[in-house]
Formats: sequence, C-alpha cells, structure tokens
Amino acid sequence: MSEIWSMVARRLALGLVTLFVISVLIFSATELLPGDMAQAILGQSATPETVAAFRRELGLDLPAHTRYLNWLAGALQGDFGTSLANKRPISDLIGMRLGNTLFLALYAAAIAVPLSLALGVLVALFRNSVFDRTVNAIALTSISFPEFFVAYILIVYLAQTGLFPSMTRISADTSFGEMLYRAFLPALTLTLVVTAHMMRMTRAAIINLLASPYIEMARLKGMKPMRIILHHALPNALAPIINVVALNLAYLITGVVVVEVVFVYPGLGQLMVDSVAKRDFPVVQAVALIFAAAYVLLNLLADVLSTLSNPRLIHRR
Amino acid sequence: MTKSKILTGGISRRGVLQGATALGTAALLGPLAAGRASAAPKKGGMLRIGMGHGATSDSYDPATWDQAFVQVFATARHGNLTEIAADGSLVGEVAESWEASADAVTWTFKVRKDLAFHSGKTVTAEDVIASINYHRGEESKSAAKPIVEVISDMRSDGSDTVVMTLNAGNADFPFILSDYHLPIMASAGGKIDPTSSDGCGGYIVESYEPGVGAKLKRNPNYWKSDRAHFDGLEILVILDATARQNALITGEVDVIDKIDLNTVHLLKRAPGIKVLSTTGTQHYVFPMDARAAPFNDNNVRLALKYAIDRQEMVDKILNGYGSVGNDHPIGPSQRYHAAELEQHSYDPDKAKSFLKKAGLTSLDVSLSAADAAFTGAVDAGVLYAEKAAAAGINITVVREPNDGYWDSVWMQKPWVASYWGGRATEDWMFSTAYADGAPWNESFWSHEKFNKLLAQARSELDDTKRRQAYVDMQSICSNEGSTVIPMFASYVMAHTDKVMTPETVGANWTLDGFRAVERWWFA
Repeated sequence: MSEIWSMVARRLALGLVTLFVISVLIFSATELLPGDMAQAILGQSATPETVAAFRRELGLDLPAHTRYLNWLAGALQGDFGTSLANKRPISDLIGMRLGNTLFLALYAAAIAVPLSLALGVLVALFRNSVFDRTVNAIALTSISFPEFFVAYILIVYLAQTGLFPSMTRISADTSFGEMLYRAFLPALTLTLVVTAHMMRMTRAAIINLLASPYIEMARLKGMKPMRIILHHALPNALAPIINVVALNLAYLITGVVVVEVVFVYPGLGQLMVDSVAKRDFPVVQAVALIFAAAYVLLNLLADVLSTLSNPRLIHRR
Repeated sequence: MTKSKILTGGISRRGVLQGATALGTAALLGPLAAGRASAAPKKGGMLRIGMGHGATSDSYDPATWDQAFVQVFATARHGNLTEIAADGSLVGEVAESWEASADAVTWTFKVRKDLAFHSGKTVTAEDVIASINYHRGEESKSAAKPIVEVISDMRSDGSDTVVMTLNAGNADFPFILSDYHLPIMASAGGKIDPTSSDGCGGYIVESYEPGVGAKLKRNPNYWKSDRAHFDGLEILVILDATARQNALITGEVDVIDKIDLNTVHLLKRAPGIKVLSTTGTQHYVFPMDARAAPFNDNNVRLALKYAIDRQEMVDKILNGYGSVGNDHPIGPSQRYHAAELEQHSYDPDKAKSFLKKAGLTSLDVSLSAADAAFTGAVDAGVLYAEKAAAAGINITVVREPNDGYWDSVWMQKPWVASYWGGRATEDWMFSTAYADGAPWNESFWSHEKFNKLLAQARSELDDTKRRQAYVDMQSICSNEGSTVIPMFASYVMAHTDKVMTPETVGANWTLDGFRAVERWWFA
C-alpha cells in the first residue's frame, strides 16, 4: 500500500506543476487574444481616451509579466482576486456555479455510469445479437447528434408536454428533491451523450478478455456465461473501464457549456465563455485551474483505482 | 405635480420644445390616457422576463452598460433626469421641470421634491451633478463620455436646482439626459458609488447574479403612482433563442425579447402568446471608409447604394420585421424625417452608370461582416454580393470573428457591417456618427456643408428652419454620405396574453424603451 501513497504524493506534486504551467499558458493565451478587457467591455462605444482611462483603472497598463506575478502572488496565498469586469470576489462568482456544475456532473454520472456498465456487460454477454446491435445503434446515434439537438428533442417531448421544466432555475434555497426534478433534463441529455463511450469500452474490454485461455477454462468447467463475465472477465477489465469513466466525468465537469446554455443552467461553462469574451483574466485563470484540477484529480483517482484493481500492480516484483 | 415648465425666450423656442410640455401632461394622465380608459392598469403579480442578453461580466457600473439586460435592469431600479415617453416626446423624471436660456446654452433643471433613493436618502442637486460628473473628465472610462462632453460647466443652485452650461447652444439637450448611461445615483462627497444598486426607480434589488438574473420588489415609496404595477420582477438571462421561446411557451417566463426572426411565425401559432414588434430608430448599416480608395469617390459610393436590394433585405434578413432605409439614419417615426426624399432602390443600370462616372467598368471590394454587428450580417453581405454582381460589382464577403469585432474590424477595415440602436433626436444621431471628428464617425466621412448645417440646426430655434436644415442634412447624407443604410430593424418581443401593454409602446429601445417593467401590467 505504501507504494500507492507514494504514487499519490508524487502525482499530486506533479499536478501542482501542471497547474502552474497551465496558469502560464492560459495567461499567455489571454494576452494573445486581440483586444483587452477595456475594449471588450466598451465595445462599439469605445473611444481612445475612455479605453486608456479604463486600462489605468484596471491596471491593464502594467506590463504583462508584472500582472502575472501579481496574480500569482495572490493565488499562492489563496486569493484569486476579483473579477475585473464587476469587481466581485472570484470566490463569490465561482462558488455557486462550481456547486451547480459538480451537482449536474454527479447527477449525470449517477445515471450514466451504472447504466453504461450494465448495458456494457449485457451487450458483451449477448454480443452480435439483435439486442447488442440495437443498443449500440441507439447509443451511437445519441452520441453522434450534437448535444443541443439531443437537448431540443428532450424539450419537445418532455418539457413542452409539461412533464419537466425546460429551464433549470435553481437557487440556494431549492430543496434537493426539487433540484433533482428541475435538473433532470440536462442530466438526461448528458447521460445520452456520455453513455455510448463508456458502454462500448466496457463491451470491448470484456470481449477482449473472453478470448483468453482462463476464460476458456471457465467455460469448459461448465460455468454460466453471466458468471464468467461478472466474476472472471470484469475484474480484469476494470482498468480500461475506470479510465474511460474518469475521462467522461472530467468531460461532464468541463465540457457542458452547450447544455448549460440550452437549459439556462448557471454553471462554470458559461462563466468561462463570458470571461474569455470579455478578457476577464482573473476569472479565466480561476476557472481554467478548476477544470485542470478536475482532470488531474480524476486521472489520479483512475490510476489509483486501476492499480488497486490489479494485484499484480500492487505487489510488483 | 408632474408638470414640465418650459419658460424660455419666446414662441419659437416654445415651438421647438412643445413636445416636452405636452409630454408632461401625458405623464400625469398615464400612458393609457389616449385610448383604453376602461382597461386601467392593475397592480400586482410577479413579472418574469427572459432576456437574450446578459453576461457574468455585467455590473452595476453605468459607465459600462452595453446591452438590453443591464439596460432593462437599470431602468427598473433607477431614474434619469428625463424620460422619453412612449410616443417619442420628452417628459421629466428626476427633473420636475427645466428651462433654457434664449440661446439654449444654459439649462436649469429643477429636481423633483420629496424624491428619495431606496436607501431613504433624498435626491438632491448634488446627486445629479455627481451622477453626470462620473462620466465626464480625464479619468472617465464611460461609454457616455462623448455625449456629456457638450457640458462645459455644472453647478447647483440650492438643493433642488442644477444649472448646466453647454459649450454651444443645443435645443435638444434634455433628450441626452435620458440616455441609459446617465441614471441619477446616490452620491457621497461628490462621487457616486458605481458598485451600488441604490436608485430612485420603481423597483428595489433583492438579489442579482450577473449572467443569471435579478430579483426585484416594488418600491413602496415610488413617486409615480401610475407606474411600476408589478409586485416584483424577475429578469432572467436566457441566451439561447430556442430556450427563450421554450421558456415562454412552457410558462416559465411571461415576456421575452429578441425573438429569432427565422422561427417567429412558429411562435405566433403557439396558443396564448402575443408577438409584439416596434419599429423605431434601430438600423443596420454598412459604413465605408470615405478616406480610402475606392470609397473616396462618391460615384463608387452611389453605385454601391443602388446595387443593394433593400426590400429583399427586409424580407429575408428581417423576415419582414423592419422597413427599408434610405442611406440616412433618421427613421420614419422621427420628428424631422424627410419622407420627401427620393427612395434609393435596386437599379443595377444606375449603379453601372455611376461606376462609369467613376471611370470604372467593374469594381472589386471586400465587405467585412460578423453577427456581432447585427444578427444576419453575414447573410446580408452575401445577399448584397449576389445582387451587386449584376452591376459589375464583385463584393467579397469576409466573415470576421464575433469576438473582438468592435476593436479589430469596425473602423479598422475599409468596409464593414455595423448597427445603431438609434438616438431620440436627429442632432444626437448625426453628431454621434456622422459629424466630422466624432469618435464614432464610423465612415470617417467629412462634409463641410453637412457639418455647418448640423451646428446651425442645433441652436436654431425656428421650427420651420430647423426642419429644413435636417431635411437638407438627410439629403446630403443619403446622396453623398459614406454609409449604406439598407434597413431599419424592428425590436421583436413576445409575451403571454396575461400581460397587458399600453396602446402606445415605446419604439426607441426594446421592451417599450426598456420600460416594460414599469409601463406594463397583468390582466
């Protein structure tokens, strides 16, 4: 087990380095975008004098490296600063939205992961049957349509008929049950979008193993196919499945801006898009770091879990 | 009570400003005075509006307001010195009355008595001065800086009187003070707090999450007894056009703005939904850089003006929700609109003849467009190119990114797409975008006679002469200007049949001049 802990420590340290590199990259990318905050906010109304005055007020007239170091000094002390656009503390801006984003991601994952694992096992069991082909066709169809299209279809059939709300209006005082109800359509959309990937990975990983000699042995013993898959194939197929689940979870946190817009869901995606459009660099940095941290942590978790699932990796010689 | 006194130097001035007096009375009687006296507005209900604008970067700072969400939200909680009534005339709001010196250089505004901010503080002349000063001076970053630059001096005379001195006579000056950037905010030590939501308007802010929405409740002490009928407001950001229409159809909201013109006919068929459109001053334009070849030749500009099919633009780009433009920015609803001018129409032969006059047989130009300029700008460019080809004009439509459009394309590339929400007065519109040296003169156009007429008309007190000057200016702009103005676009919005609207709905901005929140009511 100590090897696991040292791996976790090593990976966390590397993760911090990754986050630092990302903050430099994001800052440089924001700098490379044409125009700055003052121009983006004033837009068509900008005049050279007002842009200059705005820059002075925001400190945008300082050289880029000074601004970056100022930001870094604050960030190292846990102070991510205030939004340049509306002077609100970043923690205020992000707090509620991060909670919403995590809620939606977990909600979608809670439906999608069990569903895709179960379907994956079933289609592996009945591979090449009509059932296998039908499930695959449906899953591939839903992943192939753009998210907004899936969302609109759900709205037409489930919202316009009055079953579920088309807009996800949640606030701090919404009860948990109510939140599950209101966020059902966005969660279902995301489920349809991510299920195919995880399900097909499960199917492929299991079928891959079914050709190996130890499975053949089990079959010769007269074991039932379902038992073979659950007790003999699945444990060995866990590593690739865990990895693909982790990638999809990271996607659910970082890549759902389209779904947020269609269902008017106040999550981090829209915040990121608005902040990039307005060149609001402290907010862009903070959100990008959250997204990066989600990837780093989920990948780490996936590695730990797949190591634990494989005794050969724990007891290395 | 709400009477605007215009005590000025003579009958001619009165003629010019008559509108304002009439409007004072109109405010007294309420927006329905003219028509349905039986359908008196009812109090109560929670109005939920779905807006097609709004971003997480929005703020309470009036210097940076730029789109309909912040504008409607600001109108709900703030008051300006003056207000543009639904019929386009000017009424007093924070200013109870005003008068001008005979040369229209010095303006004296009386602040309404017993008017208080939500915090309880009385509105005084100091607050007015601080609110306007916020946009003036070296350190101002305000988008409204160019429009308040005409004020050379401001002082208070007692706690309820503000005297403003202009750098030149301007008979329309009080109109400028209705601009949405210029709300009257509470001041301390001569400065307003641009991060405060405190205002003297009809609703008090309860909560606000930028890019998500705002909740407001009725101001129980609001001075306008015949306005602000709702118990509360919920203004929500719903950026996706389909999501907005769905929200209205499924009853999540009562009113939405910015209807997608491609699907408006479908929305109309939905039961219990009313589509409302107003045509005012909003127009879409293609300004050419008058300093750069080939646009420095007026014959080329005229050739381009005759090479565009305006009616087709209105039919296809606006889906019929608009009217054709005549290459000047004054809309048919405005006071001095020159209806008598010859309407430019699609005529490839005429366009060819102007090309010939310019010594050309064919013309190759690039038009830079993006939907940031106006919805459908790229399509409009393609349509333009298609029709202009018949006149030997080859237009290459360059699709520019929406992001950064206003600083890296507009007023940078020689020929671009752009739009104007429009201004309440002819002088304001011309001074903003057509006067020589104006910061937003997007076509870099400079016409000596036009500029002279503009200055003359601004301080002209005789209505007939004034009208003549503005007609001449529209004619010059139309025939010698450097901007193709093919269409005036309506504001298209929709509401459920539970929401009642007055007989006359303001057309100066979307949602009844942003004032649906205080002019509309529930049945």
